[in-house]
Amino acid sequence: MEVAKNHFLSDMGVMLGRSLRHITRSMDTIITVTVMPIAFMLLFVYVFGGAIQTGTDNYVNYLLPGILLIAIASGVSYTAFRLFTDVQRGIFERFHTMPISRSTLLWGHVLTSLVSNAISVVIIILVALVMGFRSSAGILPWLAVVGILSLFTLALTWVAAIAGLSAKTVDGASAFSYPIIFLPFISSAFVPTESMPSVVRAFAENQPVTSIVEAIRALLSGQPVGNDIWVALAWCIGILLVAYFFAMRVYKNRV
Amino acid sequence: MKNKSIQVKGLQKSYKQHQVLKGVDFEVEKGSIFALLGSNGAGKTTAVKILTTLLKPDSGTVTVNGFDVASKPDNVRQAISLTGQFAAVDEILTGRENLLMIAKLRYLKNPRQVADDLLKRFGLTEAADRRVSTYSGGMRRRLDIALSLVGKPQIVFLDEPTTGLDPEARIEVWKIVKELADGGTTIFLTTQYLEEAEQLADQIAILHEGRIIASGSLSELKKLFPSAKVEYVEKQPTLEEIFLAIVGKKEAM
Repeated sequence: MEVAKNHFLSDMGVMLGRSLRHITRSMDTIITVTVMPIAFMLLFVYVFGGAIQTGTDNYVNYLLPGILLIAIASGVSYTAFRLFTDVQRGIFERFHTMPISRSTLLWGHVLTSLVSNAISVVIIILVALVMGFRSSAGILPWLAVVGILSLFTLALTWVAAIAGLSAKTVDGASAFSYPIIFLPFISSAFVPTESMPSVVRAFAENQPVTSIVEAIRALLSGQPVGNDIWVALAWCIGILLVAYFFAMRVYKNRV
Repeated sequence: MKNKSIQVKGLQKSYKQHQVLKGVDFEVEKGSIFALLGSNGAGKTTAVKILTTLLKPDSGTVTVNGFDVASKPDNVRQAISLTGQFAAVDEILTGRENLLMIAKLRYLKNPRQVADDLLKRFGLTEAADRRVSTYSGGMRRRLDIALSLVGKPQIVFLDEPTTGLDPEARIEVWKIVKELADGGTTIFLTTQYLEEAEQLADQIAILHEGRIIASGSLSELKKLFPSAKVEYVEKQPTLEEIFLAIVGKKEAM
């Protein structure tokens, strides 16, 4: 009897197809993910915006990168939720008694997270365009933005995987995302850090969101990106590797 | 040796300080129905998890379909399927999609045909394209067992397959199990219902506090007790018999 070892791609296809169906059958999750960031965007542009001094004439341009990060941070919590239910319902047990490639179980969810977050990001950018967002960036800077956002999504999705695999309750599975959603508020996403008290400012300038926001903002407005893009990439890749390591460890212990 | 589907010798397993299995031995003949009987917490599910490669044994040897579960899990997985205590079905997919998914993961050549056949066999054709979240408990369990039969595994593990089912659904599951065994499949089932073991099993083993305290065929087990005294007792129908008579499903057995 031959042992199936080289079915990684075929298994991956089945897992990805399954998990993408979960997205298309629950489009309400995408709406839920996009509503809050869009509400923030409306609030900050039309209510607070007039009183915020950012040194630019287009506040939507200034704000958009931070809004996208908030959307991604709340979007990945669905990955935690879906992983949690898979473990809870015993579907993982069924898969584990079959001769299939085990890592595809997690990768199916992770790739699906990239797809669903990409949809949310596109919806939010369309709303931003209506609100006056304009970019002079060419194709290469846009590709760089897509790359950074994808890395950020991947990194947070693996964090979500840790939460989903180790949680004891559904609420526990998605609670990890709240502090991450809050991080952009203590960064340069909405207001320049110069206006903050020194301790807060020190935190804001050295946490990952600021460098990511600054890099995306510079890319979209055609400014030189400087060091920010390297700091941003280092944060994303660092978080990605650490989270991947721990997610795999939790996965092996759990099953 | 070649007639044994499952061989377990000196199996031990502990969770931290708590010793669940304290040296379990049994063998299951090819094509037979084997029932592992025991109360809640006796270690039945732990035994099933070890036999189906989900857990590693602490000591002892476990051979399933001729392969050691600890060193050759992939070979074991080729031959088995597991229906766990809770219906492991994807609620967001339809019944048909669940079957297609497993058929593709088993690399079958004609997944559509396999799905159609199983849907028909388990009376799910009409519900095939509805999401599983709309299914009743009995339908879910049927789909769950159908998923375990995709690709015709030689050994089917059923962990408390009728727990939580109504009497009609339970009888349906019994019928399926008997048909499978008639077709040559080896069935390993755990149950806490004595009647279930009595109805189905060729061999019964009683697991109690981590050890097999009795095993054999039903008639062998009966011999362990002093011969029956003859007593005259008025035979009252059980509530289950009344229920089944009223709903007219008794003949289905």
